[in-house]
Amino acid sequence: MTAGITAWGSYLPYWRLQRSAIGAVLGSGGGRGTRAVASYDEDTTTLGAEAGRRALAVGPGAGAVQDLFLSTPDPGYLDKTSATTVHAALGLGRGCGAYDFAGSSRSAVATLLQAFVGAAGGRTTMAVVSDLRTGLAGSAEERDSGDGAAAFVCAADGAVAELIGRGAASDEFLDRWRVPGETDSHIWEERFGEELYVPLAREAFAAALKDAGLAEGDIDHAVVTGLHARATKAAANGLGVRDGVLAPDLLGSVGNLGAAHAAVALCDVLERAEAGQVVVVLSLADGADAFVLRTTPALVDAQRARAEAGVPSVAEQVAAGRDDLSYASFLTWRAQLHREPPRRPDPERPGAPAVHRSEEWKYAFAASRCTACGFRHMPPTRACLNCHAIDQMQPERLADTPGTVATFTIDHLAFSLSPPVIGVIIDFDGGGRFRCELTDARPDELSIGDRVSMTFRRVWTAQGVHNYFWKARPLAGAVGAGGDGDAGSAERGE
Amino acid sequence: MGSSGIRDQVAIIGMGCTRFGELWDKGVDDLLTDAATEAAASAGMSIHDIDAFWLGTMTSGVCGVTLSRPLKLDYKPVTRVENYCATGSEAFRNACYAVASGAYDIAMAIGVEKLKDTGYSGLTGIRAVGDGTDPGLSSPAAFSFLAPSYAHKYGVDRDQLKEVMGRIAYKNHQNGARNPRAQYQKEVSMETIAKAPLVAGDLGVFDCSGVSDGSAAAVICRAEDAAKYCANPLYVKALSFVAGPAAGPIDPEYDYTTFEEVVRSAEDAYAQAGVTEPRTQLAMAEVHDCFTPTELVLMEDLGFAERGTAWKEVLEGTFDRDGDLPVNPDGGLKSFGHPIGASGLRMLFECWLQLRGEAPPERQINTVGPGRTLGLTHNLGGAPGEGVSFVGIVGTERG
Repeated sequence: MTAGITAWGSYLPYWRLQRSAIGAVLGSGGGRGTRAVASYDEDTTTLGAEAGRRALAVGPGAGAVQDLFLSTPDPGYLDKTSATTVHAALGLGRGCGAYDFAGSSRSAVATLLQAFVGAAGGRTTMAVVSDLRTGLAGSAEERDSGDGAAAFVCAADGAVAELIGRGAASDEFLDRWRVPGETDSHIWEERFGEELYVPLAREAFAAALKDAGLAEGDIDHAVVTGLHARATKAAANGLGVRDGVLAPDLLGSVGNLGAAHAAVALCDVLERAEAGQVVVVLSLADGADAFVLRTTPALVDAQRARAEAGVPSVAEQVAAGRDDLSYASFLTWRAQLHREPPRRPDPERPGAPAVHRSEEWKYAFAASRCTACGFRHMPPTRACLNCHAIDQMQPERLADTPGTVATFTIDHLAFSLSPPVIGVIIDFDGGGRFRCELTDARPDELSIGDRVSMTFRRVWTAQGVHNYFWKARPLAGAVGAGGDGDAGSAERGE
Repeated sequence: MGSSGIRDQVAIIGMGCTRFGELWDKGVDDLLTDAATEAAASAGMSIHDIDAFWLGTMTSGVCGVTLSRPLKLDYKPVTRVENYCATGSEAFRNACYAVASGAYDIAMAIGVEKLKDTGYSGLTGIRAVGDGTDPGLSSPAAFSFLAPSYAHKYGVDRDQLKEVMGRIAYKNHQNGARNPRAQYQKEVSMETIAKAPLVAGDLGVFDCSGVSDGSAAAVICRAEDAAKYCANPLYVKALSFVAGPAAGPIDPEYDYTTFEEVVRSAEDAYAQAGVTEPRTQLAMAEVHDCFTPTELVLMEDLGFAERGTAWKEVLEGTFDRDGDLPVNPDGGLKSFGHPIGASGLRMLFECWLQLRGEAPPERQINTVGPGRTLGLTHNLGGAPGEGVSFVGIVGTERG
């Protein structure tokens, strides 16, 4: 019986903003490299749901999870729990708890800790951490941060990595803060925070090593993260670990993912580590927290299973990012640029009872399959189109089933935060057709026959209500690759 | 299908139609008053001589009071009907059944829509409180699926198909230019059509029907009474209406090159009217050209052209005003405009003018004559693969 992390998953959005694009527009600032940018239809809830799907792609699956913890400094709602949205999108059981750890970046550490504690106590838990960082135009925050999420499943047995030590150090001081409602952080003078953070990091790290009964030289992988860049760098350089042990910081490619950074970096380590290695995660946020993990032989099996299932690694997502996003689009998506709306009515907020009635469809993307003839219906219906049987349906989740573009259109008139809307007709593998929006693509790159998968998105927000639903997105590398009209034509039967 | 129709039991004895367009100076009440009084006068009577009313409107009013209040009707039955873009035809169909049943002697079907007061582009629709999962594509986007699918299925180059679509818009503008009631009374060159900005898919601005205000009305009575009111009435030969199971968006078999609802309603209507060769037996057709690829596909669904050949026939001018089978000689939805509830009755109004030789000389068709006295109206609601379809046939001779 080895309790600890049994599965993991990360999600980095498709889009990257070149930092030089900021300078090109504003005349100053910018810099080298790129930052990860959540699309206009993503928020911390959807980023977290996507990471969660990947954590559940292999292993015991959604039915095993007993507690879900979602942490973000940028929750979709206050008062209302966002973890229930992730819970619904992942198709977790009704008996599974769903809790938010929202607010400060340090909540993310508590979320991971809670997942470990739960697993040690015999429960199967899931920790999802997610962050989406914007900042004011031209700020270091805008330039240096990024958006992303990661998720871990922890269980009482079958761990790929077990927690063998931890340490913490806390202090009350003002380094980075935001009053509720603000989108950009305030930061005190950098050197003040650095002076406080470095000793805190050292103390937490030392305490964790002592707790694990290890020394600096025993560490094989070290992840050091924090939103205070100088302090984080100084703490990392002062660890006293062997050369090559420090994990890549990902800052040049995706930016500082804030509360999610340590978790995403840990996923990256788990994707490269070997069995029996020691991994330390040191997080600087209003103090410091250190975890010492030891990987197990199960890690190798998990790595192989993930590769076979095609679950994208952090490194693959870093490499797959698309870096031609314009700065104007970035500002628009983040509501920093007030654009002329289309001359169309604003969308109506969805009705709570209607949404609840369609929970299995809207959130879990469950079609209905006729048990009499096998025909799949999206959205689910009670009457079968094919054989006219009534109430012979059984729900069937298709969120993870790929499909093929039967035909598509570019809609310049429909409401969107990022027009034009790409409308696609998708024929799912194994049957079933669905018409929806396609995201993470440019209109001129799509072809009939392209392969797509589903992704959970925030379609729009109306009157303070976020409308979450599924969209199609091109399968990695599949954009424009269809071409062969016959393979994907609408005549295609099953 | 146990549909036997009411062939030759009902006659149209008067019609009215307002100008369609951006009628900033006319409200719903004005439009209804104009169309109703014109239709009644055309039948040689007052609106108070009419026994019952069927009012079609999608968004411009609810309940019969929408009509009885502006006309100050004295406690007459007014039924308000809605069936998307086929609303006008649906008002007419139900009024016909009421008269054929013997329940009323004289009935009026009237359709109206006031779209231009919203301030929005395109149609805004009517929606119940939803769960937020509808993809919310616009109407042009929903219909734009037809163009690439048709091109793909029949091996037509997409540029060539774009020319075909342009040719349909060109023809309907040519016709609308000769119609003083049309929204757009201007010819438009193929080049202008081709260069227009895109709205959805391959559809440019000129591939879309005009969003407009307007109203149209018909007065009907039992066929045997028609001579009392009108020397040359139109007899109702067929009325067919179907609603499909909305299979298109969920059925992988659907290929976006046909409207099954149209095929079914056309078969039914032809059977009711005894039409076996629509292309030669009909003198004209008014079809639901909401977007240019719609008209293209309808030519095949209505049996005017063989499958996969309508695009050639369009280019050859078969459906031009002076072609083998004139289609939309009044300019169609494209050029006459599309005030939803009024459009089905506006189509009948053109049959009323053309078949009875009352169209202005500059657009009078030359196909009407002995043995060729029928006109068809086709009205569609919804989108490809998920809609309703009406096909009606009227003629000048009582069989």
